[in-house]
Amino acid sequence: MVAWLAAGAAGHAALPPASPEIAGALTDLTGEDADKREAAVTVLGKTRDPRWLQFLHALREGSVYARTRAGKTEVVVGGAKATRGDQDVIDIASAYDRGPLGTVPLAELKEVPADRRLRLVIKPYLDADETRTQLADPDPAVRRGAAVKLGNQAEAGAAPVVEAALEREADRWVRHALREALALIRLANGNPAQRADAARTLGELHSESARPALERLVADTGASPAAREAAGQAIRRIDRWGLLTRTVETLFQGASLASILLLMALGLAVVFGLMGVINMAHGELMALGAYATFVVQNWFRAAWPERVDLYFVVALPVAFLVAAAVGLVLERGVIRLLYGRPLETLLLTWGASLIIQQGLRLWFGAANVDVSAPRWLSGGVPVMVGLTLPYNRVFIIGLATVSVGAMYWLLFRTSAGLRIRAVTQNRAMSSCLGVRAGLVDATTFAFGAGLAGLAGCALTQIGNVGPSLGQNYIVDSFMVVVTGGVGKLAGTILAAAGLGGLTKGIEPALGAVFGKVAILVAVILFLQRRPAGLFATRGRNAEA
Amino acid sequence: MPRREALAVGLAAVLLVVVLPVCNTLPAGSPLALSNFTLNLFGKFLTYAILALGLDLLWGYAGVLSLGHGVFFGLGAYAMGMHLMLEIGAKSVYQSSLPDFMVWNQVTALPLFWKPFQSSAFTLAAVVLVPALFGLAFGYLAFRSRIRGVYFSIITQALALSAWLVFNRNEMNLGGTNGLADFKTIFGFPLNRPGTQRALYVVTALALVAAYLVCRWITLTRAGKVLVAIRDSETRVLFSGYSPAAYKLFVFVVSAVLAGVAGALYAPQVGIITPAKIGVLPSIEMVVWVAAGGRGTLYGAIVGAFGVNWIQSWLTTSYPDLWLLFLGGLFMGAVLFFPDGIVGALGRLAARARRLVGQPTAEPKQGTAIDHCAPMNSK
Repeated sequence: MVAWLAAGAAGHAALPPASPEIAGALTDLTGEDADKREAAVTVLGKTRDPRWLQFLHALREGSVYARTRAGKTEVVVGGAKATRGDQDVIDIASAYDRGPLGTVPLAELKEVPADRRLRLVIKPYLDADETRTQLADPDPAVRRGAAVKLGNQAEAGAAPVVEAALEREADRWVRHALREALALIRLANGNPAQRADAARTLGELHSESARPALERLVADTGASPAAREAAGQAIRRIDRWGLLTRTVETLFQGASLASILLLMALGLAVVFGLMGVINMAHGELMALGAYATFVVQNWFRAAWPERVDLYFVVALPVAFLVAAAVGLVLERGVIRLLYGRPLETLLLTWGASLIIQQGLRLWFGAANVDVSAPRWLSGGVPVMVGLTLPYNRVFIIGLATVSVGAMYWLLFRTSAGLRIRAVTQNRAMSSCLGVRAGLVDATTFAFGAGLAGLAGCALTQIGNVGPSLGQNYIVDSFMVVVTGGVGKLAGTILAAAGLGGLTKGIEPALGAVFGKVAILVAVILFLQRRPAGLFATRGRNAEA
Repeated sequence: MPRREALAVGLAAVLLVVVLPVCNTLPAGSPLALSNFTLNLFGKFLTYAILALGLDLLWGYAGVLSLGHGVFFGLGAYAMGMHLMLEIGAKSVYQSSLPDFMVWNQVTALPLFWKPFQSSAFTLAAVVLVPALFGLAFGYLAFRSRIRGVYFSIITQALALSAWLVFNRNEMNLGGTNGLADFKTIFGFPLNRPGTQRALYVVTALALVAAYLVCRWITLTRAGKVLVAIRDSETRVLFSGYSPAAYKLFVFVVSAVLAGVAGALYAPQVGIITPAKIGVLPSIEMVVWVAAGGRGTLYGAIVGAFGVNWIQSWLTTSYPDLWLLFLGGLFMGAVLFFPDGIVGALGRLAARARRLVGQPTAEPKQGTAIDHCAPMNSK
């Protein structure tokens, strides 16, 4: 409201407010003839005078009245209503400049009704005005949205507005949207040369939203051959670009899925290599991380509402620590006792996962809980025309990259990592040489569990948080571990990237379900060639 | 088979096949009477026991842990279910010769793969052959490339997940999430008649006895010895000139067939089969029956399937929240405290009691039930 009151509309007051057309229109408005009333609104709207637009707004809201004074009908705008004595009174103001005309009894006035048909006629004028205001908004996203809207409406009258906006616009993406809008307007309304020109421009801009208009132009036998030819070329250009953006998008989605799988599988793979243990509760450790994030968020909301966006920064380490602590308890408490019996450990951890899952369900309820994205993770970064990468996915890719880096650093640059690698290669010999294998097991397991917690924390930004969160990813991350093989980090990374990319790559063709089946078949066939995964540790032992 | 075991098997067989159905025919007031509901419940447990036998043969003897046996169970159950669906004919809700869910899904003609299931003989063959062929194909690929241990378990779990996803899809024309249900007759006999249900129970009990005898026979042959050897050291078996893959494939197919037969007996008795019986959780639950009952004994699997499911049917009705906690605890407890299951624990208890009264007995042999894996880093 305030925005459109402040709207500048220089150069549009073609009709002086007191002109006979306006006066006639106002009179028609109070009449009964629907066609004439519609015409009257059009006359007022076409002035593009903010005050008349304001008047139309009042008309739409039902606060325009007519009163007859000295045989002449006068149109006024009603304001605040009150009850004085036994009659209702209302403040009224003049139609154009809103000069106060005093307070009169409501009974003296006749409401000028705005039925559905009239409101429909009013709407475009008010919308156009609103769009103009939005074009001057400080937020680039709002400006861009307004430009897109103008382009879709493609009204000839909007061209000067768009041109003016283009003059002063500095933002790259808004400029792009404005140029697109201008071309769309010209394509719809220009002369043949302009249309051909606009079609070429739209092709250069890779404007996906112009495709229907261009197709119409190609099919339009009345249009000039040059324009139709240009439109055809533009469509081909747009299609090529669309293929490119889709490819990039699929790659990006594959990368983001691969990042999640990698965060899950890193811990699993290292523990598997070290202890020969597949931790079936890994998914539930992830769910614990997600719920820890939820708890931290609620704590921030209650204690520090003005800084609620910071909760995520705190939640990351908390999720890591919670999952690591539970992992440590699990390892020291029970898994340790089953050393050397991988199948039993698998069942044991599955039992633990059921208990954790049901515990979460009893504690937090079976329904999904609400974790809202911090403001700095919502939205996205536009990287090319027709493709915006959401920040939350970019963040997950970054988190996975950092985690892999940390893992590498831990394994290959620290003495703890040296011990981990030593125990992985030969437990008995390492123990003989004074490596405390039990301690190595415990810390590694806790670290892997912590990574799962981090993954859970990151997952809150892209999916639902519920008690069965872990189940959705666990089988996939096992597949990564199995495909990657044990003992080599590179195998896990490559397998995560491969499975993530493959999943997103075939999903459009086969659908999610048959895509998953295809992945399983692919993994089994892959294991035919490399039974121990991508990077098997080579040695003289037969039991690889 | 030792004489004591033969005697025990004979007694159990008489109890299951003859005594319980006879109790069911007694009038409701008599002290030994068994209600239709209970007999039906036992019938369901017996189908689980058939499946558990196969799983025990596979895991307890050959050391191969499959987390995807729900799939084979489902294949058998769906094969039987499809025939039962077609038997309904025009007596269905929509009075169409097509199953109801196809009418909902606007399928106008019976899909080609449904057509053979109109024949009873084909269905009975399919109950055995479909799981067998599927198990053969999957097992061949897995064992040939020497996928073993935890790898194999993970792959079978992924199989269960995939199968669950696929069976849930409407376009598979298998009823989607709702599965196959609302059966009316089996080979012409109405399913809602107690007599039919009793006959089904007897068939199931006979099948269980037969399955036990087959499994026991396998374990007593030379092949059974090789299976145990594979469990204890696959590499040594390989180096001794045997092909572990062939033995494992054989026992995998046997257990797949047993699971399929169990499924086929399950569908008519329970009256419904849905993808929920196929997925990851039901498949791994089957493993805990065997683990809780006692691995590598065969009868332990039967005891486990019966016991765990009895507790489940009691807990899920009385304390539904506790069931998953109990199941989780059972997994952990069975692995940590009863590595040889209820049967093993009872055996040890009995041995101790006999020692207390001074009667000398042989200690239960070590190493028959527990999977003594080679230490990890011998690899």
